[in-house]
Amino acid sequence: MLRGNKMTEKERNQAYNKYVKAKIPKTRAWPSLFNSFIVGGVICCIGQGINDLILLGFPTMAEQTAWGYTLIALIFIASFLTGIGVYDKIGKFAGGGSIVPITGFSNSVTSPSLEFKHEGIIYGICVKMFTIAGPVIVVGVVSSVIVGIIYLFV
Amino acid sequence: MGARRTVIFENKPVIIGSYSIVGPKEGKGNFASYFDYIMKDDSFGEESYEKAEKKMIESAVAGAIKNAGIKTEDVSLLLSGDLLNQIISSSYAARNFDMGFLGLFGACSTMAEGLAVGSSIIDGGYLDNIVCATGSHFSTAERQFRFPLELGNQRPPTSQWTVTGAGACVLAQKGQGPRVTMATFGKVVDYAVNDVNDMGAAMAPAAMDTMMTHFRETERTPDDYDLIVTGDLGKLGSEILIDLMEMNGIKLGLNYNDCGQMYFTRNQNTLSGGSGCGCSATVLNSYIISKLRKGELQRVLFMPTGALMSTTASQQGETIPGVCHAIVLESDVKPKGGGVQSKDVKKSTTASKGRSKKGG
Repeated sequence: MLRGNKMTEKERNQAYNKYVKAKIPKTRAWPSLFNSFIVGGVICCIGQGINDLILLGFPTMAEQTAWGYTLIALIFIASFLTGIGVYDKIGKFAGGGSIVPITGFSNSVTSPSLEFKHEGIIYGICVKMFTIAGPVIVVGVVSSVIVGIIYLFV
Repeated sequence: MGARRTVIFENKPVIIGSYSIVGPKEGKGNFASYFDYIMKDDSFGEESYEKAEKKMIESAVAGAIKNAGIKTEDVSLLLSGDLLNQIISSSYAARNFDMGFLGLFGACSTMAEGLAVGSSIIDGGYLDNIVCATGSHFSTAERQFRFPLELGNQRPPTSQWTVTGAGACVLAQKGQGPRVTMATFGKVVDYAVNDVNDMGAAMAPAAMDTMMTHFRETERTPDDYDLIVTGDLGKLGSEILIDLMEMNGIKLGLNYNDCGQMYFTRNQNTLSGGSGCGCSATVLNSYIISKLRKGELQRVLFMPTGALMSTTASQQGETIPGVCHAIVLESDVKPKGGGVQSKDVKKSTTASKGRSKKGG
């Protein structure tokens, strides 16, 4: 492969990319999945624990109100851990386990804000805040509109 | 096959001084004992990492001039480049120096690009002293090309770690030090790799092209060199280069290595190795030049590679073009234990170190 002068450029490139693909070391799936499962599970347990504590402290509170407070607490914790430089280390270990829960969303908003603070409040923090989370919000809004329209007719 | 791209320098420009400055992580790597200065903190006392990178290039230029034993007024030209948009680290650093400035962009191959251009000007007898510099910073490169530092994402195994460091050297008409004897200007090569996390694979074909051109035009083989070193192909990229060269009938032996691959220790968690302008520049201006000065290396082929990509072009679906320039450096000190002429040096060193690989 790659040697023959008869090859066209396109064939050469295809052969090279095929060769590179075979050469790339594979990420081992099972250890990554295990780490994700453990860390993701722990985050969910912490969330459930916060929810239970709120309901224990305020027995008259509606359960749905307690969920709101739990989310706020989780977002704050993740944002705080991002600020002190711990969340990226958790993320490196956990992969998807710390991205999928709401804490990952919090991290994706806080980290660009921190990164671009030297460019000023408007052009730095405000503009760059949603560079990573933005697509998620767009997809969320669009899909909720679609679901809403379906709900209207069903 | 295009026109000849290898220049043989008749007057042999001399590297009379060099300087390297690196970040704390690099200061714990494999070349730690060779660097001139290791920063205690990544920000180098500045409020942003971009300013830190600029300051690193400034200190590298000033340090190289000082080590060369000349004054700033004696230097006519600064050749410098970096990875940031509009090469701000270099051009902003150049504000502080009373000399001409040519900004270069060769991505991670900038050190060799600077040396090739600088040596040509010196060899032509046009200027007396020229400084070549470049640098990169992990945090500025991450921000420009990848994700924010604190984002909790995982890096793929092919990704590399941008070296925080800057290197500079002073080229002169005469003086003591290693000599630049040849340069091969690289052409842009694109084998349609589009994974921005796999720079090694994107740049390896460019390295192969330059290496093949160099060996063909100089009629040399890998055995003519004590050390053949690429810049930042990393573990994967350098393995690919060895394979590509073998397909072209040239076997790279134990005298071949890659700066990025050698840079960090195994437990520093840098996956495929170091990268960035600073990677090859700091290795050249510390380890390689000091070995050449002592005569422990006689002839080195220094060929850093650069991935000439931008995030905009990549997002628009463009593949990654690579480039690689080669520089031949020769020691002006005879090796210890016998006055062998430089042409025979390769034989004595290959024999004494038990290297048995033969060129194709």
